[in-house]
Parts: sequence; C-alpha cells; structure tokens
Amino acid sequence: MVEVKIGLEIHCQLTGLQSKLFCSCQCDYRGEEPNTNICPICLGLPGTLPLLNQKAVEFASMISLALGCRIPDKVMFYRKNYFYLDLPKNFQITQYNAYGITSMGVEGKVDYGVKSTKIRRLQLEEDPGRLIYENTSFYTLIDYNRAGVTLVEIVTEPDFTEPKDVRRFLNKIISILEHLGVCETSLDGSVRCDANVSLEGGKKVEIKNVGSFGDVEKALSYEITRQKTMSVRDIEIRSETRHWDDARKITKQSRVKEEEEDYRYFPEPDIPTVVLGKEFLSSLKGRMPELPDERKIRFLREYKLSDHVSQVLIDNKELADFFESTVKIYPSSPNEIANWIVSDLLGFIDDSKKEGGSLFSGLKIEAKHMAELVGMIDQNIINRNIAKMILSQITKTGEMPSYVLDKMNTSIIDSKAIISEAIESIFKSEKSAVRDAKQNPNAANFLLGKVMQLTRGRADPKIALNLIKTKLAIME
Amino acid sequence: MPNHLYRLTADEVASGIKNGDFSAQEYISQILERIEKIDVKIKAFIAVDKQGAVEKARSIDKRIRDGDRTGRLSGVAVGIKDNICTKDLKTTCASKMLEGYIPPYDATVIKKLKESDAIIVGKLNLDEFAMGSTTEFSNYGPTRNPWNINYVAGGSSGGSAASVAALECAISLGSDTGGSVRCPASFCSVVGLKPTYGCVSRSGLISYSNSLEQIGSIGKTVCDVEMIMNTIAGTDENDSTTKATRPITTATTPNTVSLDRIPKYSRHQKKRNIRVGLVKELIEGAEPAVSKCIYSAVDLFEGSDCKCEDTSMQSIQYALAAYYTIAMAEASSNLARYDNIRYGFDFSPEGYEWNTYFAKVRNNFGEEVKRRIIIGSYVLSAGYYGKYYLKAQKAREMIKQEITSLFEMYDVLIAPTMPILPFKFGEKIKDPLTMYQIDIDTVVANLAGVPAISIPVGFSDCLPVGMQIMANEMEEQTLFDVASTFERILDIRKSPEI
Repeated sequence: MVEVKIGLEIHCQLTGLQSKLFCSCQCDYRGEEPNTNICPICLGLPGTLPLLNQKAVEFASMISLALGCRIPDKVMFYRKNYFYLDLPKNFQITQYNAYGITSMGVEGKVDYGVKSTKIRRLQLEEDPGRLIYENTSFYTLIDYNRAGVTLVEIVTEPDFTEPKDVRRFLNKIISILEHLGVCETSLDGSVRCDANVSLEGGKKVEIKNVGSFGDVEKALSYEITRQKTMSVRDIEIRSETRHWDDARKITKQSRVKEEEEDYRYFPEPDIPTVVLGKEFLSSLKGRMPELPDERKIRFLREYKLSDHVSQVLIDNKELADFFESTVKIYPSSPNEIANWIVSDLLGFIDDSKKEGGSLFSGLKIEAKHMAELVGMIDQNIINRNIAKMILSQITKTGEMPSYVLDKMNTSIIDSKAIISEAIESIFKSEKSAVRDAKQNPNAANFLLGKVMQLTRGRADPKIALNLIKTKLAIME
Repeated sequence: MPNHLYRLTADEVASGIKNGDFSAQEYISQILERIEKIDVKIKAFIAVDKQGAVEKARSIDKRIRDGDRTGRLSGVAVGIKDNICTKDLKTTCASKMLEGYIPPYDATVIKKLKESDAIIVGKLNLDEFAMGSTTEFSNYGPTRNPWNINYVAGGSSGGSAASVAALECAISLGSDTGGSVRCPASFCSVVGLKPTYGCVSRSGLISYSNSLEQIGSIGKTVCDVEMIMNTIAGTDENDSTTKATRPITTATTPNTVSLDRIPKYSRHQKKRNIRVGLVKELIEGAEPAVSKCIYSAVDLFEGSDCKCEDTSMQSIQYALAAYYTIAMAEASSNLARYDNIRYGFDFSPEGYEWNTYFAKVRNNFGEEVKRRIIIGSYVLSAGYYGKYYLKAQKAREMIKQEITSLFEMYDVLIAPTMPILPFKFGEKIKDPLTMYQIDIDTVVANLAGVPAISIPVGFSDCLPVGMQIMANEMEEQTLFDVASTFERILDIRKSPEI
C-alpha cells in the first residue's frame, strides 16, 4: 500500500466582523453594487497606511484557541509580494514569515472522531478583489468591495491519509467557526479549501478552486486515483497546481511549478509589532463561547442523548441550536425532540443545503412548532404517523401543529403531500399487500382502505388512489 | 502697503496679518507675483494653485475683519513637496507614473496646515518618488539652486528648499528618507528638520521607504520650522507608527499662552550646559571647505555655556549600505502598486494582455527608480534575504544602539549636513555610487529614527554650507534650543540675488 499524504489550506472570511482588516469599510460585499464599499486604504491608493482591525486580531485568537494553537506574545505582519490584477497594492499583507514565528497561532491540534490532525499555523491576511470574467475575452472586471476583507488562513500538517477524514475534519472546523460566531460559513465563498496531495516519496500536487466541501472529498479521491494510476505506469508525477473541474468532476492541470515562486516576504513597516500579552489572552479565554466538543459533552450529560444523536446535532450548529430552543420551550422530552430532529426533520432538508447555505432556509418550521408537536405525542393526542403528516405540513406552511390537527379532523384532506405521507407509512407497514397490488390492480383498493383508515376517512379517495397507483407504477 | 512682503518669515507673516499690518490677499498676491517672476529660473514648483491660494487668503481676511479666530499660520504661504497628497490637487511624485493622479483625500499634515490657516500655494519639485539627492531625477526637469542656477539645489526635496530660499513661499514641507530635507536645506542655505520617526503622521505621504521616512519642514529660521512642527506633529489615528508620540511643547512658551498664539521663540530659557559631541568621522570626512565652516561655527558656539568635544561613531561604516538596502527593499514593494489600472497616466490597456500592459506601463519609471526597484527586489529574494536585508537590519540595530549610548553622554551630536558643497548639474548623475555616498552624513538619523536639523553656517565660494545637529528621540526641543543659539550667534541669514 502506497501511503497518501494530504494537507489543507483553509481560507475563512471573518464575516462576523463589521469592517475590513485594515480600514473601516463595510466588509459584507455580498449583494452590494460593485466598488461601493471602498476607500483609499483598501484601494491601495498612494500614501495610505493600513490600520489594523483589533477585533480581527481577537477573532483570529479565538480560532487559534479553539484549534488548540499556541498564541505567541508578539505577532507581526509581512508583505507577500506578487503581481496580480486583483491585488490593489500588488502585495498582500499577511503574517507568514519564513524566518520565524509571527502568525496568530501555531502548533495546534484538532480531534475529529478517533483521529486528529495537527495545525501548522493560523494567520490573518487580506482578501484580494473579486475578478469577474464576462462572456468575452476582451476585458475582466474587478470589484474591490472584497479587497481587504479579513481572511484567516489555517494550514494543517499533511496528516490526512484518506479523503473521508478530510471531510470529517472540515465539518468539525465549520462547526467550530459557527460556534465561535466569527464566520457565517453558509455564505458562498466564505470558506475555501485548497489541498496538497502526494504519494509516499512523490512530488506534491496542489488542488485549487474546489467549490464546496463535499467536492473536496471527491477531488481528493480523483486525484489520489490519478496519481496512483500514473505511479503504477511509471509516469512521473510533476509538482503542479491543478484545478477542480466541477462539471467534469476531475482535476485539470493549471500551472506547472518550475520553481518555488518567490514572494519576497519582508516585515510590513506600517504596522508595528502587535504585543498580545498575557492579559489579553486570559481575558479572551474567559470570553470564549462554548465549543462543539464541550457542547457535545453537555448534551450527553444534561439531556442523556446518545453519542450518535449528539454528534449529528453538534456537527451542525443550526441543528444543535434548534434542538436547544425546542427543549427550552418543552423541557420534558429532550430525547424525543432530538430523535425527531435527527431522523425526521433532517429528511426535509435537501442535500444541497447540507453542503452550504442555511439548513433551514425554505423550511417554515420553528422551535415552537417542534415543541408543541412532541408535546402532543407525549400526551397521546396524536400517533407518530399523524405527527409525521403534521410535521410535513408545518415545514411548508409554518402553521402550529394543533391548528393543522384541527383542520385534519374536520376537513377532507386534499393535500397531496399529506396524503403521500400517509401512503408512505402504509406502504411500509403493509409490505405484502404492496407486493400483491403490484400484481393485481384491484388489491390497490385494500391499500386505499388502509390510507382512509389512517386519515380517519378524511383523505380525498380519488387523489389517494391516484397517488397509490403512481407509487406502485414507479416501484416497477 | 509694505513692499517685499514675500521676504517675511512665517512668524512675521502670521502676526502681520493678524495685527492687520497687511492683508492675506496683499501678501499672497506678492507671493504669486514672485513665483511667476522667478520660478522660470528656479523651477521649484511643479504646479501653482493660484485660485486656491487667493480664495483661502480672501476667507482669512474676511474672518479677521469679522473678528473671528484664525490659526497659528494665518495666511502663511506654504509649498508642499509633490509626494504629499493634496485633495483635488494633482500629486505626481515628479513621475510619469502619476502624471494624472488627483488624490481624493488630504494627507494628515495638509489637513493640519489647512486648519491652522496656512495657504497652500502649490506643489514642489523632487526627485522622482523622492529617490535622489539633487532633484535631477524629476520628470519635470531639475530645480536650480537659487544661489547659483548652474548648481543643483540638493534633493530629493529640492523644490521645497529652493522655493523657501528664493522667497517663493515662507515655509515648505518636504520628506526625509535619508536626508531629503536636510540635504537641499543645506545646499540652499535654509533650515530643514527631519523629526523623530513617528513624530509626524505619514498618512498621505506617498511612501518610498516606510520605516525610514518622515515628513520634514523647511523655513528661513529655526522659529519658522518650530511653528510648522507645532502645527503638524502629533499622534494620528491614520498612522499606526505615530502611536507612541507626544506633542511638542515649546519650552519657551509659558503654559498660559494658548497654543493658537504664535510661539515667539524668545531665548530667555535657553538650555544651559549643553553637551556637544562632534562626530569626528563625519566632520573629518567632509571637504575642507565644509569642515572649516563647521569648526568656526562650533568655536563661536563654545563661548556660550556649552561643552564641545570630539566623539566617534564606529558603526557609521555600515550606515550607507544598511540604508540603501532597506530603502530599496521597501521601495521595490511600495512601488509595485503603480500598474496604471486604477490611476496613473493616459494609456489605454485596450488590446493588451495584463502582463504585457503592466510591463509596458512600468517601463515609464525613470532610470533611478528602476534601479532601486531592481536592487530592492534582489535583496529581498529568497536566498539573498539573509545575506542583505537581514544583515542591513542588524547593522541598523547596531547604529541605533551606538547612537543611543552616545546620547547618554551628549545632548546633541554635530556633523556636516553634506560632505561636499553644492555641485554643478550632471556632475554626479552618471555615477550612482558617488551620488549615494554623499548621503553618508544624513542617513544615520533615519536609520536610528532620531531627529536632525540642518542650519546654514556659512558660505564657501558663494555656495552655502549647512551644519547638522542631531538629538535623541523626541528631543526636538533640544534641537530648536541649540539651533536657534547658533542662528543668533552666527547671524548670517540672507537671501540670494536672483
């Protein structure tokens, strides 16, 4: 077995800040008219000087602490010199320095499941402008609204050996960032990940331009297969940068690295050394919010949830928050609530949203709905099947469960969704009848009867029968 | 109306206008007339803002008529080196690369000058991006020395010194990275100060070498320079490197006098028992004509309550190499932004791929600037960084330490400002190394971050000689005390015939 080595470079925008890293311009550029949140400083106009955002230093220190990094007493800023059209000054202010430790955090470690990965360093730097290529080769547009937005770069050691571990690690990082409240990770482009992959003893290949975290796993798997295939055929693996082609799901060569690029790093003379000191650190430690690991332990202890259910909730801060808001309203059955969230509510969330974007966007359900629903189950007002139908309705309408139930009790149900929900549960409980019905269309009537029974005769039979027939047809 | 108002010092102008002896408009019209008449010979100005100057003068006069308060520099004509940003007024750095650049903001020093009712009459010539010691490297042609127009005015703030010497403005601002204020002040026989690093905000000063440069002031008298410092010095939230500074207080001004009043530089409280160190290496290293002037000035000074002795600075041998290495390294990065995309000169990028366009426009830097960008890039590149840049920083640290220990023994150090007399145009321009070497006396103060002032101490063959006084960090007051004593006992102030 050839050993695979994977290291990551994660860039995370500190969207929790109000202003940019070195000026007072608004840092939220999304949806804004291009080149409106700019000033002489972030445009790099002659004579301007960077003014360090203190809050950014604080946020980066919080991330460092959360990732188990050591925070040096003094940190410095460095210039990374290179020419590119999205860089207003043709250098980027960062913290990397090949000659000593000047970054916000170093030598951290992050556990995820049974494995862990070491963090090499964590540094503050400025985002460049945004390049917009239109459908023409004649010009490129530049939006400087993003120029100067605060980035935290997290560099790991090449500790990963499997793409699926990378995925787990990234989930953990996202959850930590969310819990710290420093980054709204669901915003497009707020967290970006580049990866380095090499086979044992082989040259390093850098993969860039991976759009989503789900694709990082795919890109890595593809790249490892590619390198292994080449290695088997004795083709030399070159040190290069490859881009992830999202449409074709492959990595493509973008640039061969003839030699290491020379960025001519040197200390930024306009930003004096930042002395953090013990007082700063101890006050920061006192103000750290609860982190995912601590929260999980609390969930296990306080709510007696299972390890698995706790983990699913914690992995996504939105779910964990939704759970706790519900428990706050209805404290009697935390376990029941957690199960409903993990096994049923999650089913209404489509996969695309799990990749990024707010989990609950488009769903009208709130904690008060879930609290009442579980309460109604506890008091035997409704059974689980009815509850599922009600849940489906709430997510679409945002009506209270008791109101939905009243409507169900008095009116004919003509909602295809609710009837489908009932059919779904009958199909599960009446497996042999379903088999019969596939052979004999008349047997479908038996299933219809069951659906009518479940809905206490209120389902519109015509719609129900049609849905049953459609479902049977699909199954063949 | 008195004639020759343009001859007055800033101190005299401000009190004359405030007392109603003459109006700001009368004064400024004489200044503008003077510029029109003689700047064709001197070429100190890149641009004159006639309209702005007249408007400002009118508003000052109105406020004085209305009995309103006016600022410390009421009506005083100020010239600004053209690497300091002035809102709505072209700021070119004497470079083709910024030919069409109009800053959207005022440098902090400009805001402060405007608040104290100085009148900005125009922008002054310099070596391109302040890189040079003669103002010969200007895209607008060289500035001439008012004492002999066949000679260089010094640099890089050649326009700032020549304009004050030629009575085209009362005072001016320059910038001093390795002597750029003091050198032309010396060559033009005016007073020029490079303040302590961090004492004056650099916000709006177009950077050549951030860790070395300071905005400096030029005037006909020490008192005028002190007036400018009282206006522009101080902490600025737009420049993080000013954070540690404290405002200059005029020891000679009683506390009861409001800061707005002009601090009359009376000598009642002259600092006593001044300990003076004469930097042997620098005085002896200068041309005999220069060292002779310095020694005779010091001889006169010794009579007045002070103790002078020879001293030595071992680390001076590393000063030039350290200075040029650091300055060029920082310059190579600072000047990277000039790609003509967002501002610059008129040259359409249409039809060019970015890299080609970029290379083409950057070819419009002058020879000296290109030389410094190339050397600066070289000393920062991987493999050479440790050999050059880091070593230069170590040498800088040594120099700083040595000078700090010298200031435990002496209140001030005295050296020539320039090792040679002003020279003719073209004499050194073809030999960069010789040109760099004449900065030997001035770079020390920049490397150490300490204040230094150049004052006129005499003439040799009708060419000015300047003397440099250095003091410890934030000891500008000591400089003013010593410099004004020299000024009084030498009593050599005069203006050139043009």
